[in-house]
Amino acid sequence: MKYLSEYRNLEATKKYLDEIHKITTSVWNIMEICGGQTHSLVKNGILELLPEKVRMIHGPGCPVCVTPLHLIDKAIELLEQGIIVCSFGDMIRVPGSKKSLLEAKANGGDLRILYSPIEAVSIAKQNPDKEVVFFAVGFETTAPANALSVLHAEKEGITNYSILTSHVLVPPAMEAILDDELCTIDAFLGAGHVCAIMGMKEYYPLVEKYKIPIVVTGFEPLDLVQGIYMAVKQLEEGNYELENQYARVVKEEGNIPAIKVIHQVFEIGNREWRGIGEIPNSGYVIKEAYKKYDAEVKFNISNIKVLENSACIAGEILRGIKKPYQCSQFAKVCKPSNPLGAPMVSSEGACAAYYHFSNNLID
Amino acid sequence: MDIENLGFDTINLGHGSGGELTRKLLDNIIFKTFSNPYLDQKHDGSIVKFEGEIAASTDSFVITPIFFKGGNIGELAVYGTVNDVAMCGAIPKYLSLAFIVEEGLKVEEFIKIVTSIKKAADESGVLIITGDTKVVEKGKGDKIFINTTGFGEVHPKANISVQNIKAGDKILVNGFIAQHGMAIMSEREGLEFESDLESDSTNLNFLVEELLDNFGDKIKLFRDPTRGGLGTVLHEIATDISKGVFIKEALIPVEKQVAAACEMLGLDPMYVANEGVFLVVVDSSIEAEVLKLMKNHTKGKNSAIIGEFTNEHPNKVVMESLIGGKRIVSPLVGEQLPRIC
Repeated sequence: MKYLSEYRNLEATKKYLDEIHKITTSVWNIMEICGGQTHSLVKNGILELLPEKVRMIHGPGCPVCVTPLHLIDKAIELLEQGIIVCSFGDMIRVPGSKKSLLEAKANGGDLRILYSPIEAVSIAKQNPDKEVVFFAVGFETTAPANALSVLHAEKEGITNYSILTSHVLVPPAMEAILDDELCTIDAFLGAGHVCAIMGMKEYYPLVEKYKIPIVVTGFEPLDLVQGIYMAVKQLEEGNYELENQYARVVKEEGNIPAIKVIHQVFEIGNREWRGIGEIPNSGYVIKEAYKKYDAEVKFNISNIKVLENSACIAGEILRGIKKPYQCSQFAKVCKPSNPLGAPMVSSEGACAAYYHFSNNLID
Repeated sequence: MDIENLGFDTINLGHGSGGELTRKLLDNIIFKTFSNPYLDQKHDGSIVKFEGEIAASTDSFVITPIFFKGGNIGELAVYGTVNDVAMCGAIPKYLSLAFIVEEGLKVEEFIKIVTSIKKAADESGVLIITGDTKVVEKGKGDKIFINTTGFGEVHPKANISVQNIKAGDKILVNGFIAQHGMAIMSEREGLEFESDLESDSTNLNFLVEELLDNFGDKIKLFRDPTRGGLGTVLHEIATDISKGVFIKEALIPVEKQVAAACEMLGLDPMYVANEGVFLVVVDSSIEAEVLKLMKNHTKGKNSAIIGEFTNEHPNKVVMESLIGGKRIVSPLVGEQLPRIC
């Protein structure tokens, strides 16, 4: 745990905070991409320790939040058909159009909460007379394990396993945000764990095209304040470069075996983002050769279409246009116990972060 | 107990019928184990005498798995209720004990549970004075459920009430938090990870009694943060009395392995269940003496003062983070769930 305590060290963090205060002269809007970073910023009380001029805008990097509503309904439909559905934990409370996976479980659905899709393959093996579906959502970080589960199933000749997938990618989302005319973002903190898989190379073209600093950043308090410092320093000096704060984890070339596994099973395709809409070439779809592992094809559920709750402004939250507390429903109607949208329920959602930890709620 | 002489190795519906099989189960296992003057009367209930005020508390135990590192459902059913009675500022004396067994439970497992109930009751100084055993069909239960109700005599010096708490009162815990929840988590199906984590399930009544002997009504409150964890309980107290709670993350005792496991699974130790943990609210004039007494007791070696009550931010628990930032600690909603990444 020393490894963690070092990055939660008061003195070291304070040193960077002092430096940020010293060098900041203008107002800067910095977006942290990843929901894990949002939570760490709020949970550790970092936002209020920053100069007023350094404003953190929370990005769309919450896999649960951007998973389209109809996909949750599809998972529920599978449960109701008697199929064993396996999911990561934070997906199960997210409201679908009528109910959540958790409610479908209470009605008798066989829902299993797992940490790894590989476990779902084992469940399929142990239950040869049942169909098993893994709800494979996430960014580039979870794609290798999900792809690997398909390869495992293939290798072992397991035919009762498939994945319901909604894999999205960070760089196209950043581009979509920057192309938005309402965008006010001056710099990005790149998502450390996504880059740990994919490496740095996808981000150079963004830096060049939009002349914007990107600092690949970790998740601990010290990581975040150092990343913010690096971004502010570039902005104050008029630079725009790709920098790597999280070098202890992120390598320039990424994790090559993991990338290989992804490309074996998935190819780039259009993807719908909850609250944002369809972004071209913004996600992974299952390659033709592995279509028999695609639950949407296997169970003929691809025609389920539903509409979002109109009171939820998740789209504006996810694009960084509004802060959670600027939503009229926030903490009044919309709470973790009665979420209108995914950002209030996911462990990485910005609304949940503000609801659980934020000083804005201290009277 | 000799299982071979019993003539059965699993519990079936007949053992709950009230007939001969029930008698066999009770005589050979229950009465034999818990024999005491009250129970030996084999009456429908027991009559006991109390000197002063009586504290009563009931709890049902449905934990899965029923055997885990550091304990099993049986001792948990004793310690859990003994502790709840103790938290009222009382000295636990008697317990009722009711089983709901799912048919098919191995007698061997049942005996193991009953034996550890006896051991835990002896350790806590309580007698089992009445009980019940029901058997339900396969699929209608989860191996075994246990309900216990505890009765205790309120300590003559005790004046335990949230209403006695005032700004400036200090909050102490008797040791590492989140240990029980993480030990159980490490053995849950689908989440198994290797660790030496053990449940800290234990009885706290003697430490509570000693605190009351020494400090009487300067002790304002005892509370054991079981389900929902420390965070949820502190929030409950704050809202009950419309005061604020201010705690410091750096002061909260979390054992290294537990912290690492929470980190890995994406869980917050503030919301993880405890069994052998309680918090004490005391007048600030005695905080040092209370801490000293607790640290010298076997059930409080890792005790710590973690914060205090305040008139600022009423109804809110505010925590200073390790890096000096502040955040609120909101109550747990639903269950803590494993995260995506």
